Amino acid sequence: MSESFVSLKNLTLAYGDTVAVSQLSLNIRKGELITLLGPSGCGKTTTMRAIAGLLSPRSGSIEIDGTDVTKVPANKRGVGLVFQSYALFPHLSTFENVAFGLRLRKVSNGEIKKRVEQSLDTVELGELANRKPSELSGGQQQRLSLARSLVLEPKVMLLDEPLSNLDARLRLDMRSELQRLQRNSGITMVFVTHDQGEALALADRVVLMKDGLIEQMGTPTELYNHPSTVFAADFMGFENIFEVREGALIGRDGSKISGYNAPSGSLAWRPGVVSLGSGPFHGTVAGVSFAGEMWEYVITSPLGRITASTPAGNPPYPIGATLAFDLPEQFGHQIKGAG
Amino acid sequence: MGKWTTFLIIGLTLTFLIGPFFIIIAAGLSAGENLAFPPEGLSLKWYWAVFEVESFRESFALSMFLAVFGTLSALVLGVPAAYALSRYRLPFAETVKTIVAAPIIVPGIIVGLGLLRYLVIPLNFTVSMALFMAHTALVIPYAVRVVTASLENLRSDMEEAAILLGCTRFGAFVKVVLPNIRGGVLAAFILGFVTSFNQVPVSLFLSGPGVRTLPIDMLAYMEITYDPSVAALSALLAIMSVGIIFLAEKFLGFSRYV
Repeated sequence: MSESFVSLKNLTLAYGDTVAVSQLSLNIRKGELITLLGPSGCGKTTTMRAIAGLLSPRSGSIEIDGTDVTKVPANKRGVGLVFQSYALFPHLSTFENVAFGLRLRKVSNGEIKKRVEQSLDTVELGELANRKPSELSGGQQQRLSLARSLVLEPKVMLLDEPLSNLDARLRLDMRSELQRLQRNSGITMVFVTHDQGEALALADRVVLMKDGLIEQMGTPTELYNHPSTVFAADFMGFENIFEVREGALIGRDGSKISGYNAPSGSLAWRPGVVSLGSGPFHGTVAGVSFAGEMWEYVITSPLGRITASTPAGNPPYPIGATLAFDLPEQFGHQIKGAG
Repeated sequence: MGKWTTFLIIGLTLTFLIGPFFIIIAAGLSAGENLAFPPEGLSLKWYWAVFEVESFRESFALSMFLAVFGTLSALVLGVPAAYALSRYRLPFAETVKTIVAAPIIVPGIIVGLGLLRYLVIPLNFTVSMALFMAHTALVIPYAVRVVTASLENLRSDMEEAAILLGCTRFGAFVKVVLPNIRGGVLAAFILGFVTSFNQVPVSLFLSGPGVRTLPIDMLAYMEITYDPSVAALSALLAIMSVGIIFLAEKFLGFSRYV
C-alpha cells in the first residue's frame, strides 16, 4: 500500500486480562475515509481509542504522518475525536465549546473569534453561537461536536458511532454532511460503526472486524459483492448461507441436496435471489412483512430458515402457506470454508 | 389505613419533630428571669440579650471559623477523594470508603476522646488546632458522599474530550469537571457547614480555657445562669439553619444532592 499516513503495526490492545484486539495491522492513506465495521465487542472502538491515545497498546506501534506516536499522550497527538454521546461541555456556550481547544493553545482572541465563527458557519451553527449545548437538537449537537474537533485542524479525525443517536432521516442528512466535510477538508477520517449500510455508504475503504481481528478489508463494493468469509457474507446481507460438500448442499438438518457443483465451502444467497413458487425445496411461510419496494419473507423449511423477497406489486403469500422455492446455484456467492 | 389515621400519624410525627422548635422559640420570648415553658409574659428582651454576652460572641466567631474553614479543607481533601473513587477502580477502594465514612460511624465522644488523648495531650496540639482537625474530619464523609453523587451523573467522556482538545488530566478536571459539579460542591459545603456548626460531642472534649464552640458555650452558660437567653439563642441558630437550607433548596435544589 502506497504512502500510509496512519499506520498501525501489530497492535495488541487489552483491558486488564481481556485482550480486545490482537496483532492488528492497518495502513490508512492521507485523506482517506476508513470505516471500522463490526458487531459490538469486535474491538473497533478499542482500536479507535488506541489511535486517539486514550488507551496504550499492550504491544505494537502507531505511526501518524511518519512519526511514532505510540508513547505520545492523547492531548499532544493532534487527533480529533467525536464521541457517540458528543461529550459537549454543558457549562459552555456553543461558541466557547468550539473555542475550548484554541484557548488552550493560547491563540489570540481575535484569531479565536475568526476561526470559531468560520467553523460554526461550516456546520451551519453560526446563528446559535450563544446557545448552551442543552438548547440544541441532536443533529445540532452532533455538528457542534464535529466543529469543536475540526477547528483544531487535526491530522486524523476519529468518529465513534456519531450517527447512532440520531433518528433515521437525520442520520441520512448527517451522512452526506460528513462526506461533504471530509471531501472539502481532505482530512483523514476513521469512522466506527456497527451499521453496514452506513459503513458502505461513507467509506473509501471498509475494515470489517470480528473478535479483535480484521475479518476482511476492501472498498465498499468489494466487501458488498465479494465477502470472503461466512461472517462477512452474513454481515453484508447474504442471509441464506449453506455449506457445500462433495457436490451437495448441506441443510441445517444434515440433509444433503445434490446437484451443486461448487467446490467445497459455502454458498450464500441474498434474499432477493431466492426464487419462490417453484423449485426443489419446500417450506412454510412463517412471516411476511411489507418493506415498501418488496415483501420480505421468513420461510421455515427442512433446510433451515430462509429469508426471501418478492416485488411489492404481486400479492403476498399468506402466513402458513406452503410453497416451493429454489436456491439457484448461479446466483449463489461462493465462499471458501464453512460457517 | 383510614384517611384520619394517616393524618393522625403524620400530625403526631410532625409535632414530635417540630414541636420542640416552637417551645424553644416561645421560651426565648419570655419576660421572666427563668428558662420556662410556658413563658412568663412576652418580651423580646432575651433575644437582644444574646448579643450582649461576650462569650457568646467569641464562641460564635470560633464556630463560624470552624464551620467555614473546616468545611473548606474537608472539600479540598474530599473532592479529589470522591473523584478518585468514582473514576478509577482502585485496589483498596472499599477500605478507603470505610475510612472516609468512619467519622460518622464512630460516636463523636470517641473521636473527641481519641483526639484529646493522642493529639492534644501527648503532642501538645493546641485545642483550636485539634478542633479544626476534628471538624474537618467530621465533614469529609458528607463532602465525599455528596460530591460522588454529582460526579456519577457526569459522563467521563467529557473529560476525554477535553484531553483530546489539548487539556492535561488536571486541566480537564479544573476546566470541565469542577464547573459541572459546582452545585454538588456547594451543596456539600452547606451540609458540612451546618454539620460542623451544630457539632457537640467531639467539641465537648476539645474545649479548653477560652476556646469553646458555640453549642458548648451554651451548655456551660446554662450550668451557671438559667435564664431564657439560651432558648433565644437556640431559636436564632435554628432559624439560621432553616434559612440556609431554604435558600439552598430554592437556588440549588439542595435535596437532589443529599
